[in-house]
Amino acid sequence: MAEPATATQAAAPAVPQLKDELDIVIPTIRNLDFLEMWRPFFQPYHLIIVQDGDPSKTIKVPDGFDYELYNRNDINRILGPKASCISFKDSACRCFGYMVSKKKYIFTIDDDCFVAKDPSGKAINALEQHIKNLLSPSTPFFFNTLYDPFRDGADFVRGYPFSLREGVPTAVSHGLWLNIPDYDAPTQLVKPLERNTRFVDAVLTIPKGTLFPMCGMNLAFDRELIGPAMYFGLMGDGQPIGRYDDMWAGWCTKVICDHLGLGVKTGLPYIYHSKASNPFVNLRKEYKGIFWQEEIIPFFQQTVLPKDCTTVQKCYIELAKQVKEKLSKVDPYFDKLAEAMVTWIEAWDELNPTGSSVTNGKAK
Amino acid sequence: MRTPPCLLSLTLDSAVHNLSNITDLSPFPDHILIELFLRTLRAGKLTERVLKLFIATGKDEVFSLIQALNIQVTVTPVLPTSKLMSLSIKDDEIDIVIGALRPDLTSFMNEWRTIFSRFHLIIVKDPDLKEELKIPEGFNLDVYKKPDIDRVVGTSTSTIFSGYSCRYFGYLVSRKKYIISVDDDCYPAKDNKGILVDAVAQHITNLTTPATPFFFNTLYDPFTEGADFVRGYPFSLRSGVQCALSCGLWLNLADYDAPTQALKPEERNSRYVDAVLTVPARTLMPISGINIAFNREVIGPALLPSLRLGGEGKFRWETMEDIWSGMCVKVVCDHLGLGVKTGMPYVWRNDRGDAIASLRKEWEGVKLMEEVVPFFQSVRLSREATTTEDCVAEVANVVKEQLESKDPMFARAAKAMVDWVKLWKSVGSSTSSPGA
Repeated sequence: MAEPATATQAAAPAVPQLKDELDIVIPTIRNLDFLEMWRPFFQPYHLIIVQDGDPSKTIKVPDGFDYELYNRNDINRILGPKASCISFKDSACRCFGYMVSKKKYIFTIDDDCFVAKDPSGKAINALEQHIKNLLSPSTPFFFNTLYDPFRDGADFVRGYPFSLREGVPTAVSHGLWLNIPDYDAPTQLVKPLERNTRFVDAVLTIPKGTLFPMCGMNLAFDRELIGPAMYFGLMGDGQPIGRYDDMWAGWCTKVICDHLGLGVKTGLPYIYHSKASNPFVNLRKEYKGIFWQEEIIPFFQQTVLPKDCTTVQKCYIELAKQVKEKLSKVDPYFDKLAEAMVTWIEAWDELNPTGSSVTNGKAK
Repeated sequence: MRTPPCLLSLTLDSAVHNLSNITDLSPFPDHILIELFLRTLRAGKLTERVLKLFIATGKDEVFSLIQALNIQVTVTPVLPTSKLMSLSIKDDEIDIVIGALRPDLTSFMNEWRTIFSRFHLIIVKDPDLKEELKIPEGFNLDVYKKPDIDRVVGTSTSTIFSGYSCRYFGYLVSRKKYIISVDDDCYPAKDNKGILVDAVAQHITNLTTPATPFFFNTLYDPFTEGADFVRGYPFSLRSGVQCALSCGLWLNLADYDAPTQALKPEERNSRYVDAVLTVPARTLMPISGINIAFNREVIGPALLPSLRLGGEGKFRWETMEDIWSGMCVKVVCDHLGLGVKTGMPYVWRNDRGDAIASLRKEWEGVKLMEEVVPFFQSVRLSREATTTEDCVAEVANVVKEQLESKDPMFARAAKAMVDWVKLWKSVGSSTSSPGA
């Protein structure tokens, strides 16, 4: 039975890698007690806390952490009318943190995720593994049967063309979860007691042309390479859908990564997910999404981005256009979403003026 | 005088009495919820429906109580997609095909005895091997040697079965539905808990549960015990497609090419990855012939001996035949909507050969892959190709058209593929059923 590591078991690494180049973005509506457990791994890093819900409530941050905190009032103040693109009453608001960050890398984690243990009982430094994933290349053009060839003790197998062995830059590192798995509401209802106890010791690149469900609970990415694509959509209060924020960002991100020749990895690290949300509440939020995803997924699978989309922003604006053209017939919500996508890019470029016209990769 | 019960207590008793009318317990404050749970238990009214109501509140205290009291829920799934389809595979639906490149199979067979002895084995002796085969007693098997191969396909054709390609003869003459094939220098592996891996059982499980090539499941194989499809996985894709090929992996001596192994002579694979996953559609990969299994009825003709390196030798470092065959298989599977899985089972591959010595022979294969991969990535089969044989014939045509000029080896491979389809139709028997 999977168990989380205790705070004392986690051992801080000798040299925290990328400590001045990485921000940890945490959305919260309750409290940040979980940070105590992560202290040995997180303390060297800067935190960006996005407080959802009632801005008059004070979120207590444990002592010793270097952080900036934004509540709804701050979001409104900083973005003005563009704040409409940031969700309210949904952890999707976290993407505001990506926008205001000034660092190259982002790691985002939910406040009900704790340190997991590997099969030997050792506490897993999830952040360290994410950094390893991001700093080593991805291999999206040909599948390596021994998984990530850049890991210790592994390599490219016989038959893997040498010309493809350099790999491409990794834009996203998608981690997994022990204990409460990231199931949708119907699956949760049918299997309320299922726990993920399987530790799969692998990292792999998701092949080009393949979409996947990206979970935002334990995620890291290179903000300079792919940041503007990480918009978590319109969810929560006043919206017809919830719990699809990370899914939406994942589909957009993967399409753009495939277009620009960037890599997405999935697998390690594991965190320990402690809280099972109410499946009935989830069902109400996800309900429309379950039907809509049947249309959305073919849409993303068939999307073609023109060659002149050479930056993430250009790709994203083009995607927004296609969403408006092809998905508004599914529901008027997608009209709103397409507009919010454009607003997001405008806000991103406003807050991040210098990086906006850098070509992030070669358009394929 | 007896103290009358308080209003709260009366309310709780009334709630227990009226449980059948309650559909939502979420408005209840935690402490009242717990008290209600205990009273329900005491009253003997904890039915499955009521238990689900309590679970649905998502309260930790409720879960703790359920665990502490060891209350079990027998859930009948509404959506059966996650249930492992454990069909009872009859042992007589399986052939285990071994290509013998070394004469003494004694330790090999003995190591595999507990796993192989239930099944029928086809052992094909490399026609180039001069010594007599040594095979221990106690197995149900057929052995094919050069004279047998000559008799079945003719002496001129039998040359295609030399070296590692001898196993294809076994695939050709088998009449079973499933084939499992392992190199003769591989032994059963042990998993992370030290338990011997039943590679046959795992391959069969892979082949008899659906594959999911159209969308990636981040928890890997959703049909395995303790796993499922994750949030965001479209429901319409959850029934999956038939799995035609199962590619296993190797501990100890991994299937590296000669340059890689020569560069890292001490490197051995010790990482046991507890996963099976479907290789996504249109994604190609190097399919190693060292440890594979397939559904012969569905995909048989697509595993074929055709690309033979000029300097092909008797070590895997000196061949590309399986890699080429694997590319064909994957393209055909993608076209026919069949699945290919990779991952477990692991076998333990013994140290054998010298990577540096093989370097001289294999560089040719390494160079070829630069052409082979982009070629297969661009192959598109026509709508009319609805059977595996048709697909293979079409691939052969495209190979001839596009690769012939690059290297005569490809021209020979294309011809070999066409000949193979003919051979399969005449010897490989009966019908190969059209793809799913």
